[in-house]
Amino acid sequence: MGKLEGSDEVGVLPDKVFEGVPKAPYGLLEALRRVQAVYGYLPPEGIRRAAEYVGVPFAQAYGVATFYHQYSLEPIGKYRILVCMGTACHLRGNSLNIEFLRTFLGLKAGRKTTEDRMFSVEEARCFGCCGLAPVVVVQKPDGSNEIVGRANPRTLRALIERYRRQERGGAK
Amino acid sequence: MTWTLLDRCCEKCTHSLENPCPDYIECRLSGPLCHDDERCRELRRRRLEELRYGEKGAKIKVPMASCTLAMGAEAVYRAVEDSVKKIGLEATVAISGCYGLDFIDPWLELAAKGMPTAIYANVKPSDVPRILEEYFVKRDVGGAFALKEKTGAAKGEDKVPLLSELGFWAKQYKWVSRNCGVVNPESLEEYVASGGYRGLSRAFKLGPEATIEEILKSGLRGRGGAGFPTGMKWRITRQQKATPKYVIANADEGDPGAFMNRLLAESDPFRIIEGLTIAGYAVGANQGYVFVRAEKPLMAKRLQKAVEEARRYGLLGKNILGSGFDFDIEVILSAGAFVCGEETAMIAAIEGKRAWPRQRPPYPAEKGLWGKPTAINNVETLAHAATIMAEGAEKFAAVGTEKTKGTKMFCVTGAVKRVGAYEVPIGTSIRTLVEELAGGPPEGVRVKAVQVGGPSGGCIPASLLDLPLDYETLQSAGAIMGSGGIVVIGDENCMVDVAKFFLTFTSAESCGKCIPCRVGLRVMWSILDKITRGEGTEEDLQVLRQLAETVRSASLCALGGTAPNPVLSTLRYFMDEYLAHIREKRCPALVCRALITYRIDEEKCIACGQCALNCPASAISKTEGGKYRIDESVCVKCGVCYAVCPVKAVYKVSGAG
Repeated sequence: MGKLEGSDEVGVLPDKVFEGVPKAPYGLLEALRRVQAVYGYLPPEGIRRAAEYVGVPFAQAYGVATFYHQYSLEPIGKYRILVCMGTACHLRGNSLNIEFLRTFLGLKAGRKTTEDRMFSVEEARCFGCCGLAPVVVVQKPDGSNEIVGRANPRTLRALIERYRRQERGGAK
Repeated sequence: MTWTLLDRCCEKCTHSLENPCPDYIECRLSGPLCHDDERCRELRRRRLEELRYGEKGAKIKVPMASCTLAMGAEAVYRAVEDSVKKIGLEATVAISGCYGLDFIDPWLELAAKGMPTAIYANVKPSDVPRILEEYFVKRDVGGAFALKEKTGAAKGEDKVPLLSELGFWAKQYKWVSRNCGVVNPESLEEYVASGGYRGLSRAFKLGPEATIEEILKSGLRGRGGAGFPTGMKWRITRQQKATPKYVIANADEGDPGAFMNRLLAESDPFRIIEGLTIAGYAVGANQGYVFVRAEKPLMAKRLQKAVEEARRYGLLGKNILGSGFDFDIEVILSAGAFVCGEETAMIAAIEGKRAWPRQRPPYPAEKGLWGKPTAINNVETLAHAATIMAEGAEKFAAVGTEKTKGTKMFCVTGAVKRVGAYEVPIGTSIRTLVEELAGGPPEGVRVKAVQVGGPSGGCIPASLLDLPLDYETLQSAGAIMGSGGIVVIGDENCMVDVAKFFLTFTSAESCGKCIPCRVGLRVMWSILDKITRGEGTEEDLQVLRQLAETVRSASLCALGGTAPNPVLSTLRYFMDEYLAHIREKRCPALVCRALITYRIDEEKCIACGQCALNCPASAISKTEGGKYRIDESVCVKCGVCYAVCPVKAVYKVSGAG
C-alpha cells in the first residue's frame, strides 16, 4: 500500500472534480471514478478526498476502491486494453487473444502494464456486444473507446502497431 | 420552437407543472379533453404524422445502441448527414434504439409519406449515398432488407419481404420490447405518442392497492432470474410499517451473454422509469434508485436522460399528474462487480459500502436500503409492470404457461447464425429460439449444448432442445432461467473447458465473504484444471461433485448457491468428455492444450509466413521445401498460428506431442 500521509505526492485535485456528484454515500462510486479519471488510477489521497466528499470513513472508501474491477490502485497504461471474457467471447477465441497480447507486449506473469506504461492488458466482463465476439475494447488516452469486434491476433497486432506509430508520430 | 405533444394545445388547457392535470397523458393523444376545438385535435394529428415521417415528410432513423455503435453506427450517422446535405434532401435524421437483431447491425430505416417504411441491413458508410438516392429519389426499395408495410407505390416492393413475415420477427411476441428500435430513446414525446405513461395514469386512478392487485392478477414473476411474484413483493413492502420506503431498479445485468436489459434501457428507457414510478407508488416509496452495471455506461446515460426529461415534464417530482404522489429517481453507475446483481449486495453498494451480500431473511422488503423496506425489481420486470398497467393484466396473461404468464426477452449468442435478443412467450421451446429465431448453427457446426442462465445456469445437451423455457422445467433439467441468456455451444468446444471457464468467472467474482463460495469454487476450479491437463483421476470427480453440493447448499447468497450448476450439469450430461480426459488423456474437441499438438499440413501450406510472423514463441520456421513447420519442443500451443492461417493448413491432433 502506498503512503497514506502527505497530500501532494500526486498533485492537487482540481476543485471541480466532484461537481454534480451527490454528497451522499451512493455518490462514492462516482466520486472515485472522477478521481481515477484525473490520475488514471486511485492514489490514497484521492480516495481520502472522495471519502470526505461523500461522508464515509476513509477505510470504507478504501475497501470499496479495492472491491470493484474498474478501479485500479496502481498506475495503468496510457492505452487500457480490455479483453472481454464473456461466454461468447471465450468460446470464440478471446483466451487466445489475451495470451497473444500479453506475450506480444512482453508482460510478465502478474503484471498488467508494460514497463513504459504505454499499454495495460486486463480481462473484462461481458460488454453485451456478443454478436461481435470476440470483443476487445481499448480505452484511449483521449478518453474515447475503440471497440474491436471479431478480434484475432492479426488485427490486435496491427492495432498495437498503429498505436505505437501514433505515439512516435506524436512525440516528434 | 416546434410544438410538441407534451405542450399545451391552447390557452384553454388547464395543465401546468404547478397545477398538473390528472388527464394529462390521455389528453396528449385523444385530447383535448377539457375543451372541444377542432384546431387542437388537428394540431395533435399533424404532430403524430410528423413524428412518423419527420417535419419535412421524410425521415431517416439510425440506431444508436451499444451493439450498433460497435458496428460503426456513428460513422453511418455522419454519412447520412453528409449525404442528406449533398443530395439536398428534405429529411429529418433521427436516432433510435435497436431491434435487437445483431446480425443486421448497423441498420437504417427510411420513411417517407406514401412510401413503405424500409429497413436496410449491414449498412456501411459508403453505401449510404446510394441507399438514400434509391429510396428518396428513384423511389426504389429493391435493395432493402425488409419493409414494414407495402404500399404498392415504390419500385421493387415485390423483391423485399415484410418484416412481419420474417421468421425471426413473426415468431416473436413483442410486448415489453415493442418500442425497441421504433422510438427515439431520448424523446419523452415519442414514448408518450407510443402509449407511454398510460400505465402510471391508470395506476393513479386505481390507487396503490388495486395497482398491486392488477400486477398480482397478471401473474408477473421477476424477470431477473428468481421468478418471485412481483405483486407479492410489492404487497409485502407496502404492508411494512417502517418508513421511508425505497424502490430500486436492478440494472446490473452481469451474466455474460445476456444483453436484454441493456437493449431495453438503451432503446426504451422511459418504460423502465415509468415502471419504477409505478412500483414506488404501489409500495409507498418517494425515492427510487436505478443501479446500472459498470460495463454498460450508455444504458446509464439513457436512463439518466430519461429521468431528467421526466422531471422536466412533471412525471417525476412533486404531485405527479395531480395525484399528490411525490417521487424522484437517482441513477447510479456501478464500478464493476458481478455480485452487485444480488439484491442485498446492491443495497450495500448504494450505501457506499463494499458490495457484500448478507444473510436473508430479513428480506429487503422488510429491511433493505438503510434498514428500511425496499422493493428491488429487475428492469425488465419493471418495464413489464408499466406495460401491464397500460394494457391490462388479461392481455399479458393471455400468453405463457399455466404457472408463468407473459413473455420474456432471451438473448441467443454463440454458435448461431442470427445472434440477437428475442422476446417470446414463456414456455417457448429452446429449439424454437435456437433454430427458428436465431437460425441454428453456422455451416459445418453441430450444436452440442446450450448454456442457459449464465454462470449460474447449466449446460443442457442438444438432445433436450425441445424443453420449454420456464422456471420450473429449466430447474429440473439442472439449469435456471436466470436473466435469459442462452449461449449455444458448438461441437468445436470442450465441455470440461466450458465448465472451467464458468468457474474462472464465478471464483473471480466471489466477493469473499463466505468460505464455501470463496474457497470451494477455487478448489473446484483447480480440480477442473487438473482434468484439462490430463492429470485428473476418477476420484477427483467424486470430490468435485461433493464440493459442488457443499458450495451449493452452504453459500451465503445465490452467487455461490448457483455457481456449481455448470459443473453439475456437465457432469450429468457430458460425463463421457470428463472420462476421455481422465482415462484416455484425450480432449475429444481438441481444445485443452495440454492434450493436443499443432501441426502444419505441408500440402495445404501456401508459404505465406503469417504463422511464423505471429508466433509469439518463434516456434515456426521455414523448411527446406519452402513450407513452414512447428517445432513442438518450443511450441507453447497458444493456437495463434491456427487462428491466423488463411488456408487452414494448421491442424490439431490428439496427444501431447
